[in-house]
Amino acid sequence: MVSNIKDEFSNGLRDGIPICLGYVSVAFTFGLMCTENGLPFWIAVLISLTNLTSAGQFAGTALIIAGGGLLEIGITTFVINLRYMLMSLSISQKVDANLSVPKRMAMSFGVTDEIFGVSMQKKGNITFAYFMGLMILPILGWSGGTLVGAVAVSLLPDMVRSALGIAIYGMFLAIIIPPARTERAIAWVIAIAGLISCVLYYVPLFNSISGGWMIIICAVVTSSIAAILWPVPDEEEASA
Amino acid sequence: MEQGFNYVYVLSGVAMMALVTYIPRMIPLTFMRRKITNRFVKSFLYYTPYAVLTAMTLPAILYSTSGMASAVVGLIVAVILAYRNHSLLTVALGAVGAVFIAERLLILL
Repeated sequence: MVSNIKDEFSNGLRDGIPICLGYVSVAFTFGLMCTENGLPFWIAVLISLTNLTSAGQFAGTALIIAGGGLLEIGITTFVINLRYMLMSLSISQKVDANLSVPKRMAMSFGVTDEIFGVSMQKKGNITFAYFMGLMILPILGWSGGTLVGAVAVSLLPDMVRSALGIAIYGMFLAIIIPPARTERAIAWVIAIAGLISCVLYYVPLFNSISGGWMIIICAVVTSSIAAILWPVPDEEEASA
Repeated sequence: MEQGFNYVYVLSGVAMMALVTYIPRMIPLTFMRRKITNRFVKSFLYYTPYAVLTAMTLPAILYSTSGMASAVVGLIVAVILAYRNHSLLTVALGAVGAVFIAERLLILL
């Protein structure tokens, strides 16, 4: 039994290596963005360590930098992270029903798109030991990459730093465009959300709405329209 | 984020982010034993990340550099790279490189 737990743990570690490598590079850019916008490096690392997410922490951090209200920061981040409820739910179907609440709560911290995706490919139940092994390297990669990126920015010349402002949006585009190629509904979601966002931004009537609320309005309206027009097939999430 | 750095505000913001990130991960896995069956809710959650990321990118990307012309160049390069399924880092750095080059060229014009 003990060796079984060890095997599960080292299998998890091994499966976490590619996720970790992917995280290092993205986190590096996140660290750059934070320092570029005047946040101390240790705050950047603290954000990565306590949040362990991409889009949500980018958005939340952007709002902190812009001086947004706490409620705005909370709701924006929460809306972006709502998708984790689906993943968390899927994982709950693949763990031992007797798994204790503290173990479940520890595993919950590591539910990211990538860790979820890899863990769901595992045959049979997802064990606590496997999931802990799977989480460790990505967490280290995400925090460590942030640290290196945050420290590196001060070494860069000004004209490079001015160009870095676009990096975060480049990453967002790299997340949304590839699935839009294969799924027409996602392409429509991007088109609708982009249109609503621009209308809210440019039409003077909506000037009083701050950035965080614009995102929330945009997300709720667009997702509702898409959910009505293109409902996802049943059971798709479980096999994805 | 200028000289008067407000640690109470920033740390409250970070704590808020951490909390609202952990809660949706924790509640279903810890407490729920049944699957969501409501198709609307499932579909809504499926599309939300794309809507949010789009809303964050447009039109903000146009104002993310020192001028809109270089931002447009960066946007076009990012879209092309993303369309070709390049990694997040490649797309991000490709856009940065395009903006950098565009800004140098615009000075010459």
